Amino acid sequence: MAEGIRIRLRQHGPIPLDAALECAPGKVLALVGPSGSGKTTLLRAIAGLLRVGEGEIHSNGDCWFDSRRGVDVETRRRRVGYVFQNYALFPHLSALHNVMEAMLDRPAAEREQRARDVLARVRLSGLENRVPAALSGGQQQRVAVARALAREPQVLLLDEPFSAVDRATRQRLYRELAELRRDLAMPVILVTHDLDEALMLADQLCVLHQGRTLQVGEPYAVMTRPASVEVAQLVGLRNVFRAGVVGHDEARALTIIEWRGQRLEARLQTAFAPGTQVTWVIPQGHIVLHRRDRPSRGERENPVSGPVIECLLLGENVALTVAVNGPDRPPLFLSIPAHVARRNDITAGVEIGLSLLAEGIHLMPADDARTPSRPR
Amino acid sequence: MDWSALTLSLKLAAWTVLILLPLGIWAGHALAAHHFRGKAWVEALLALPLVLPPTVLGYYLLVAMGGASPVGQFYESLFGKPLVFSFEGLLLASVIFNIPFAIQPMQRGFEAIAPEVRDAAACCGLSRWRTLWRIELPLAWPGILSAVVLTFAHTLGEFGVVLMVGGSIPGETKTVAIAIYDRVQAFDTAGAGVMSAVLLLISLVAIGAAYFTNARSRTRRHG
Repeated sequence: MAEGIRIRLRQHGPIPLDAALECAPGKVLALVGPSGSGKTTLLRAIAGLLRVGEGEIHSNGDCWFDSRRGVDVETRRRRVGYVFQNYALFPHLSALHNVMEAMLDRPAAEREQRARDVLARVRLSGLENRVPAALSGGQQQRVAVARALAREPQVLLLDEPFSAVDRATRQRLYRELAELRRDLAMPVILVTHDLDEALMLADQLCVLHQGRTLQVGEPYAVMTRPASVEVAQLVGLRNVFRAGVVGHDEARALTIIEWRGQRLEARLQTAFAPGTQVTWVIPQGHIVLHRRDRPSRGERENPVSGPVIECLLLGENVALTVAVNGPDRPPLFLSIPAHVARRNDITAGVEIGLSLLAEGIHLMPADDARTPSRPR
Repeated sequence: MDWSALTLSLKLAAWTVLILLPLGIWAGHALAAHHFRGKAWVEALLALPLVLPPTVLGYYLLVAMGGASPVGQFYESLFGKPLVFSFEGLLLASVIFNIPFAIQPMQRGFEAIAPEVRDAAACCGLSRWRTLWRIELPLAWPGILSAVVLTFAHTLGEFGVVLMVGGSIPGETKTVAIAIYDRVQAFDTAGAGVMSAVLLLISLVAIGAAYFTNARSRTRRHG
């Protein structure tokens, strides 16, 4: 890849890293993972704010870091636009001067007008002379974005840029970033621990854990087809079970697995030979609740049933825990709209029927040593 | 009122501040920005003049600058006059005993700057000098101002070290603090009273100005 950014970094300590990423111009790559997974560390390494053991970073054909050749370009000479988690605005300078500081390589005469233009682009016209303390959280975030863009960066790095604002402001800033990114010609790397945020804004999702990049891919694909049990757990998939592969039905594009003595149809996944043990996962969106009053045709697809052992109202949705094949085995989790639960009289103790959609059943290697709980 | 003593004290204080200002900015910045092995010992050494009795410090300075010491001999071979009991010797002693008053507030001032702000400056492409001039110095300004005022006021008031190193030579090393002591010894309480009042006023104005400026810059930043 001649353009965009390419990163390969590895070190054992003090913060372990083993990361390989690429991001093309105009694309948004979201780095997700729990706190302490190395997201910010990786971002700081890209900016050159942190020395890393070995690896390389190339941006638009420029080499910023190459441990073998001894190249390590200073932060101030890497063209990065960095939006810090708490924005790190210069507290004594006005919004305008915060932005102007990032364009010192332009002729002094045009700096102010350019800075005003960039501030207008993030809808801050009229607030140019305010110091950061006189701006709201959302406005401060926009100054930080404007300052990062004013640098005309080769890569835009956003470190949890929405974590310090209230919910309503966050929703507005999402829309603004989504609009803004259409005009951006550089790769954008977004650090977040919020999967919904990643799903909404990113073209690519990278799951990071203990400094290792576990999986990179299109967000929906990563969240429904994780590469390992570890990724499944990190992206919040709770329905993780063991099964044996029975065979493949290529004509119907199905793989048949046996789970707790029952045959289930899954999307065709020939990578797993008949007879092998696998771990399988199903996103909650692929579990369909059978109507209790009126059975329908779709119920023939992988039907399972069991009593509801927990029924928890969470705002507009109800989180159900269903015991399938006995109360001592790992249960199924699903979420349904509260009105559906009401209409079907679903409460704890009630027996319900579910369909596990074959399209959603995703197989993974079984021998994952890092599995904390042993699914069955 | 001993005007020459007052002038001498003000001159000594001004020179001390002038020398310690760049030195303190450099050392305070370095101590705030870097962590190294033995840093605590360096800080302890710099803070030593705070806890040492002035006479002890004065004694060592006297020995170190005297005609028998390499420093004293070097100075005498260069300028043809002894370093001790001269204004220059007094200034050197003053710089040394003011080190903690200059460096500590500045170090605290630089430490109060969030590390991300420095990182942001680097990401904006600012050079080290530009970062210092445009970002760090304005943000550490309250600490720097405190250091200047403390050093100035402390020099005006220092007695023990000045007496040990400078003696009490009128116009050369007799500062206002020593002049006050002299007046009291001579039972001229009126003269001592006037000079004490002048010293009190100068110190009050300096400290007051520093607090006022700091309070104003704080409200401006958080306004």
